[in-house]
Amino acid sequence: MSHSGDPAQTDMAPGDEAGLTSYLIGLGLAVLLTVVSFFISGTSLVWQPSIPVALAVLAIAQMGVHLVFFLHITTGPDNVNNVMALAFGVLIVLLIIAGSLWIMAHLNHNMMPMDQLMRMQH
Amino acid sequence: MTVFGELSWSAIPFDQPIPLVASAIVALTIFGVLIWVVVKGWMPYLWREWITSVDHKRIGVMYCLLAMVMLLRGFIDAIMMRAQQAIAFRSDGYLPPEHYDQIFSAHGTLMIFFVAMPFVAGLMNFVVPLQLGARDVAFPTLNSVGFWLTASGALLVNLSLVVGEFARTGWLVYPPLSELTYSPGVGVDYYLWAIEIGGVGSLLSGINLVTTILKIHAPGMTYSRMPMFCWTALASNLLIVAAFPVLTATLAMLLLDRYLGFHFFTNEAGGNMMMFVNLVWAWGHPEVYILVLPAFGVYSEVVSTFSRKPLFGYRSMVAATMAICVLSFTVWLHHFFTMGAGADVNAIFGIASMIIAVPTGVKIFNWLFTMYGGRIVFTPPMLWSIGFMVTFAIGGMTGVLLAVPPADFLLHNSLFLVAHFHNVLIGGMLFGAFAGYTYWFPKAFGFRLHDGLGKAAFWCWLIGFYVAFVPLYVVGLMGMTRRMQHYDVPEWRPWLLIAAGGAVIILAGIILQAVQLAVSIRHREALRDTTGDPWDGRSLEWSIPSPPPAFNFAMPPRVHGPDAWWDMKRRGRPYETPAYADIEMPRNSPTGFICAFFASAMGFALIWHIWWLVALAAVGAYATFVVFAWRDRDEDVIPAAEVARIDRTRGEARAS
Amino acid sequence: MSEAQGIAGHLLSKRIVTGYGFWIFLLSDIVMFSAFFATYAVLVDETAGGPSGRDLFNLNSVALETGCLLASSFTCGIAGIGARTRRGIWFYGAMTATFILGAAFVFIEAREFAGMIARGAGPSRSAFLSAFFTLVGCHGLHVSAGLLWLLTMMAQVFAKGYRADILRRILCFSLFWHALDIIWVALFTVVYLMGVAR
Repeated sequence: MSHSGDPAQTDMAPGDEAGLTSYLIGLGLAVLLTVVSFFISGTSLVWQPSIPVALAVLAIAQMGVHLVFFLHITTGPDNVNNVMALAFGVLIVLLIIAGSLWIMAHLNHNMMPMDQLMRMQH
Repeated sequence: MTVFGELSWSAIPFDQPIPLVASAIVALTIFGVLIWVVVKGWMPYLWREWITSVDHKRIGVMYCLLAMVMLLRGFIDAIMMRAQQAIAFRSDGYLPPEHYDQIFSAHGTLMIFFVAMPFVAGLMNFVVPLQLGARDVAFPTLNSVGFWLTASGALLVNLSLVVGEFARTGWLVYPPLSELTYSPGVGVDYYLWAIEIGGVGSLLSGINLVTTILKIHAPGMTYSRMPMFCWTALASNLLIVAAFPVLTATLAMLLLDRYLGFHFFTNEAGGNMMMFVNLVWAWGHPEVYILVLPAFGVYSEVVSTFSRKPLFGYRSMVAATMAICVLSFTVWLHHFFTMGAGADVNAIFGIASMIIAVPTGVKIFNWLFTMYGGRIVFTPPMLWSIGFMVTFAIGGMTGVLLAVPPADFLLHNSLFLVAHFHNVLIGGMLFGAFAGYTYWFPKAFGFRLHDGLGKAAFWCWLIGFYVAFVPLYVVGLMGMTRRMQHYDVPEWRPWLLIAAGGAVIILAGIILQAVQLAVSIRHREALRDTTGDPWDGRSLEWSIPSPPPAFNFAMPPRVHGPDAWWDMKRRGRPYETPAYADIEMPRNSPTGFICAFFASAMGFALIWHIWWLVALAAVGAYATFVVFAWRDRDEDVIPAAEVARIDRTRGEARAS
Repeated sequence: MSEAQGIAGHLLSKRIVTGYGFWIFLLSDIVMFSAFFATYAVLVDETAGGPSGRDLFNLNSVALETGCLLASSFTCGIAGIGARTRRGIWFYGAMTATFILGAAFVFIEAREFAGMIARGAGPSRSAFLSAFFTLVGCHGLHVSAGLLWLLTMMAQVFAKGYRADILRRILCFSLFWHALDIIWVALFTVVYLMGVAR
């Protein structure tokens, strides 16, 4: 009654409420994913061109494990603000990295490399 | 290398008359004011009530004060530039190139980082907690730290006038010109450390306001009942949190190039200076929305208040604001169409740049629809708002024109571009800041600003703006490049003379604003705001006395709908006597000021390579934090009886 | 009276507000790292005729660093539980373990950097190396700052006990420490594993 529907009233702090079980599961999964990553990068058993993609997927999975088991970020209603902020951050990171890579690839393709330009000065 | 690093007496411009005279005037003014303050015995009061204050209202006022003082300095730079360009037709003018380059660089740097940013930060800091029905922001001491770090950055830029020199690279210090090879002096270092320090201040403010807006509300104030200014403040601060780290990283990389011989952006060893331009504009475009969104928020408040109508299309306004927030991160390449990314990339970003104009258009129509059918009162804030709508629409249109890559190939870095961004920054952001300043001044100080002088100042600014900048559009289309120290094209001359005249008209506007402030203080009893609600306002800040008590609200108000205060007045129960309770308020702290002191020392030491001072200042800054962390009492309690006494005293004035 | 109590009770706990504010700060820090990541990705092939990642990286020490940091993230979690439940053994013990593991990480990384510099593969050799040293070094600096913070937190608890504001700071510290491990996952994958595999 006193908190007329304000979602912020029932929020949880990020990082709170993670218990021992949560940490143990998280540690186990993270170790597993790490070992697999290291293995994949060095092995010739996997189709080579797929390695960067596989490593990326494993990394994203492990980051997810950290978020869920160590930081207790869930999809519950008490976590909405935390998840929204995270989603915003991830969006910005993707825009910056993907945008920069795309732009710079085109620029590097079109523009003469600097050391060649400098050699033309002499 | 001496104990003072590279610093020596030659750093003071004894051989250059203009900087020397300017430095002398500035030094005399500052020392004069300091001595006057000390002699009058105001230091203890200032230290206790302002310098160590963690009250968002005080900090907001100090931000705005910093902005207005820096506006004077930045404007002096502008007048000097206009004068130079008016004179320097087939002549060298009066400013040698090395000096002229520093002036336009300082002008841009000051205006963006130390006028525009503090101005909007000040308004947001002052108003947002009041509109939310809160006692303060989420992290009051951090707020103080953020303000003082911003002041520290401003100090460093201004110090470069007296000791050393400033950057000659323009306000965005593009490499390779800004690399050590081509800018061997301290100028670029002054810029870099000032912005890195000030940037931390902005980031702290951003984190503070995002948390406050999302987590601290009066009971019943859901997100959909927040005033529009709070929504735009949220969007602006989300952008600060998202964009400023990119600037910090980019400038850090340039610092590493300059100090430790790294090769991020150098000509040799594989450096790529195009990456600097890319990253700096990935910050730079969101930055302009950081500046203009709070101004949009001001207009929403002012237009609805002085049209006596609720804001038209609240939901579409919120949607438009959040759309602008996200879209502002998808257009940054339009600042460097000509760098060579090619037609495909240019086309995508050009289209995105046009799309982002749509939500702004939605906002303009909503303001117009708010005014339509309302009973409009033409107060100065309303005049600024109407002036904005016309001026910003034109500026936005020239922006959409520039967003067409083939057109931009002709107009990039011409005076057309300069006119465009001044059009949107002055017509958009600055007019909004002035509207907000006039609108909320009575709330902060308890008396209104003189009306007639405010209107006169507005007209000078409006007319002066057009006279100063429309000629720049013309001369830009004629092919004149920006930042020219001299020129020899006779067709440009008359336009540049007119532009100089426009700058003088703006100067008249500024003088009128200064006079307005002096006259208003003189006649403050006649202009006294006794009710706390001089404009018959709609949001919660008008429900408390002017100036508000330290705790803002004796009892957090209960909110039942949007336009909370208007709603309470309509229900006929505006001033209820609440059941008073003890109030805990955060204690003042010198942490912010001392931290900024060490930051300034560290910045200065880094610029001049005084390494022992760098280490000492770093230790000092860390020690400040530890001392702050060690204090036992975070808060002071204001007992219920005291709250009641304060509330009743002011309430009596209101009731009569 | 009940009205006043209802209204007075409306404020969110400081723990939630502080935690959220620090979460926002962490996201800003991650954006800063993404700028360094983007720069690294753009400059990764600019070796200026000098050594590349494949020539320089030692995956064994990277594996060791990863193990240390991951374990320290776990012990940090235990320390958090110890602080919340006010059990000194858990708190001090786990914090000490976290410090040792974190310090080991920094030591191994410093040794790697020193080795590379000694072989003429320092950050001023090429743009690739500038980007590498900055990206990985920035993370290492964050870890080092975290170690300093860790010691300060232990000192605070020792001096003042498990006071509410100190518990809030411990929450912020553990958020920071976990975030550093998340960034390390991206780091070792993109820089080291992909660098060696290309």
